[in-house]
Amino acid sequence: MSMNFVVLLYLLASVCFIQALKGLSHPNTSRLGNAFGMAGMTIAILTTVALILKLSGEAQSGLLNVFGGMVVGGGLGAVMAKRVEMTKMPELVAFMHSMIGMSAVFIAVAAVAEPTALGIELVDGLIPVGNRFELFVGTFVGAITFSGSVIAFGKLSGNYKLRIFQGAPIVFKGQHLVNLVLALLMLGCGVWFFMTQQWLPFVIMMAIAFVLGVLIIIPIGGADMPVVVSMLNSYSGWAAAGIGFSLNNSMLIIAGSLVGSSGAILSYIMCKAMNRSFFSVILGGFGAEEGSQTGSSEARPVKSGSADDVAFLLGNSDSVVIVPGYGLAVARAQHAVKEMTEKLIAKGVEVRYAIHPVAGRMPGHMNVLLAEAEVAYDQVFEMEDINSDFGQTDVVFVLGANDVVNPAARTPGSAIYGMPILEAYKASNVIVNKRSMASGYAGLDNELFYMDKTMMVFGDAKKVVEDILKALD
Amino acid sequence: MEVINPTIINLIIFVLAIYVGYHVVWNVTPALHTPLMSVTNAISAIVIVGAMLAAALTETMLGQIMGVAAVALASVNVVGGFLVTRRMLEMFKKKPKKVAEGASK
Repeated sequence: MSMNFVVLLYLLASVCFIQALKGLSHPNTSRLGNAFGMAGMTIAILTTVALILKLSGEAQSGLLNVFGGMVVGGGLGAVMAKRVEMTKMPELVAFMHSMIGMSAVFIAVAAVAEPTALGIELVDGLIPVGNRFELFVGTFVGAITFSGSVIAFGKLSGNYKLRIFQGAPIVFKGQHLVNLVLALLMLGCGVWFFMTQQWLPFVIMMAIAFVLGVLIIIPIGGADMPVVVSMLNSYSGWAAAGIGFSLNNSMLIIAGSLVGSSGAILSYIMCKAMNRSFFSVILGGFGAEEGSQTGSSEARPVKSGSADDVAFLLGNSDSVVIVPGYGLAVARAQHAVKEMTEKLIAKGVEVRYAIHPVAGRMPGHMNVLLAEAEVAYDQVFEMEDINSDFGQTDVVFVLGANDVVNPAARTPGSAIYGMPILEAYKASNVIVNKRSMASGYAGLDNELFYMDKTMMVFGDAKKVVEDILKALD
Repeated sequence: MEVINPTIINLIIFVLAIYVGYHVVWNVTPALHTPLMSVTNAISAIVIVGAMLAAALTETMLGQIMGVAAVALASVNVVGGFLVTRRMLEMFKKKPKKVAEGASK
């Protein structure tokens, strides 16, 4: 097999990857897209096997190493993909980011150790200057991705004793200065490696990058995890592209940049939905300014009702919009909600779901959770598609959501001013299910709860919805 | 004529690929953003190509250990990423039987 043919096959694989992303523009085409992705990966791996066979000549033992690694890793991946609960998707994704990051670091180390084996041609016995620079970039991005993702994983799962794995942000004085100094040191070592191709600066640089990854993520609170997960998604792509540069492999560059830009776009969308600036996210430590606005917490009267009242109200309306939040998923109430929806539809009520971009703990998380409960995706609407309809809606049923329906976002001076919200307050009636009157992530009181047309139903979401189900019969 | 530095060619590919990625990803429906993340996880595991070369063609102990470890880590994502994406996308399939049931009630 000639090298030209190998590269052409790699091109074919790259096109498959683009098709895989393109397929996701609609649920109907998405499965075909995923098949394209798998095909692309298969082509890439088989081509590489053929390339190894050609390059290694008689000594074929190298392939055994490859297959050994694949069986172990692939087996682990398959088991995880099968077992993972949909509520745990953010953890799985964070875990996978760390795999990519670490893998990129390992490859870079191997490339520095034996450049010729990876197809880097030496100039005067040294790695060419350009490749040295690219190896440096690939390594530090990979290392930051790895350690950052490990911290993000810990924060997301939230059940580790270790302080750095807990949801609450860790802030200390001079944090940004420390990060800056470390980053400069790392760059310095990079330049040193760049000039001399020695192991010492390479190893120091790698160590600093691992520490930096930790430092960037620890000051970020649990509520901001959707942004962090998307940001690390982007980093993992850039790490792959960096490795592609150092190995002169265009397929790695293409795939890496697709992933990198995808993650960047998702972070941008998440930032907008949470009303944060993109740059403060990139620089890290952006969750720090929160938590000071717990101010007016005097008990104000709310109208509360029972499940029977809710059932009566829902059963006698023409149109209902359900606003699910992560509280719904925590209570595992999706299936009960789905049954309630079916009963209401059978009674001739129009039922729709309204999803805020940050419902759930990662982009699109709530959609997957609803899909898992077999809610048809054409009942589920994105914020911008349904916001104009709230005015004509009889009842809005808010389940386990708070900040995303807080009208304070329309009041200048409020901490969440400017954040896009679901305009639930425009509906004729609002029902809110919460466990208690505690405030949401942003620590703000929600005006919506005190409106005359709002009825609060306190209790566990699953229990409440099941009671409504009984009452609807 | 002077030979163009391969890094420059890589840079051209890089810029164009970001451009393609930008436009393709904006077209992804928000409902599928979680599958998008898991599939991009699988796609970025394309570093497995470099890992395979490292595992198979290096001769020193260090190179081989690094290579095999990299192959194993990337394989987790290749297999896990695509399978979990498929699992999620299956959930978004329309359920014709269920719909018919609902209509007949």
